[in-house]
Amino acid sequence: MQLMRLRAAWDGCTVTIVTTDPGLGDALRDAALERGEPEPKLRIVTEASRKQKLQLIRQFLQMVVLMVQTRPDAVISTGAAPGYFALRIGKMLGARTIWIDSVANADELSLSGRKVGKYADLWLTQWPHLAKPDGPTFLGSVL
Amino acid sequence: MQEPFDRLVRAMDEWCARSNHVQTVFGQIGDPKPGGYVPRNFECISRLSASEYAKRFAEADVIVSHAGMGSIITAMHHGKPILIMPRWAKLGEHRNDHQLATVRMLGDRPGIHVAEDETRLGPMLDRVLAEIGGARHAPIAALADSRFTDALRAFLTGQVPRT
Repeated sequence: MQLMRLRAAWDGCTVTIVTTDPGLGDALRDAALERGEPEPKLRIVTEASRKQKLQLIRQFLQMVVLMVQTRPDAVISTGAAPGYFALRIGKMLGARTIWIDSVANADELSLSGRKVGKYADLWLTQWPHLAKPDGPTFLGSVL
Repeated sequence: MQEPFDRLVRAMDEWCARSNHVQTVFGQIGDPKPGGYVPRNFECISRLSASEYAKRFAEADVIVSHAGMGSIITAMHHGKPILIMPRWAKLGEHRNDHQLATVRMLGDRPGIHVAEDETRLGPMLDRVLAEIGGARHAPIAALADSRFTDALRAFLTGQVPRT
């Protein structure tokens, strides 16, 4: 949803959307086609909460496979476990990495957002009062 | 998928039983846990497909939701009034209290109304419904501020060196 509002940032790029929600993936693809953009690839990974360790491992392995297959030049995420995995793996594969912590986190960064800081080439919060000299940085918000 | 939010569902159910509403109430409430609350006074489903969700959303006069960004942004796109109630970590409704921050930071935006807890939901809903005939707020633009997306674009496409 938040990435959908940022889609002008990757107009003209070859895009792969990774999501746990096929419906959301379809909406993003339709939005791209509506704008006359090339059809993005859609990849679905397993949904997992922090407590579901087996699901998390599965999600991580799916992400390794699809990142190796895709070999992205850049990775961008607004959060949660799949985005965290994608950034860590992307960084190892030499991609540029952007983490935009969800606009929902107005008091403090998310757990994954705090942990991912070291691995994000561009580490962003959407709230100016959460920006710090050592990161995260504030460049704007989806709203 | 999110956990169910029984406190909200129960408050809506009680409002339906009590008020003289003319509106149809429909709920997407997630999978009830064993012993979880099942509403008796409005039609509901665990989960709508994306297209059904979009259709229901477009038809609605008012959205009532937990304070999740997906619902809030969708309501802003449609220029629909939304009444949000935050989940609390101490009741196990979410892993932390970021939804309290969401209602505090976004509660004053046009079309966004806040019920702090289940006791406030019914009265706030009555108030929001009473205002429906009045001035409408405009939907927000479909895309974020272009200064933000331009900055991201410059970085994504390698025009800005990495730090």
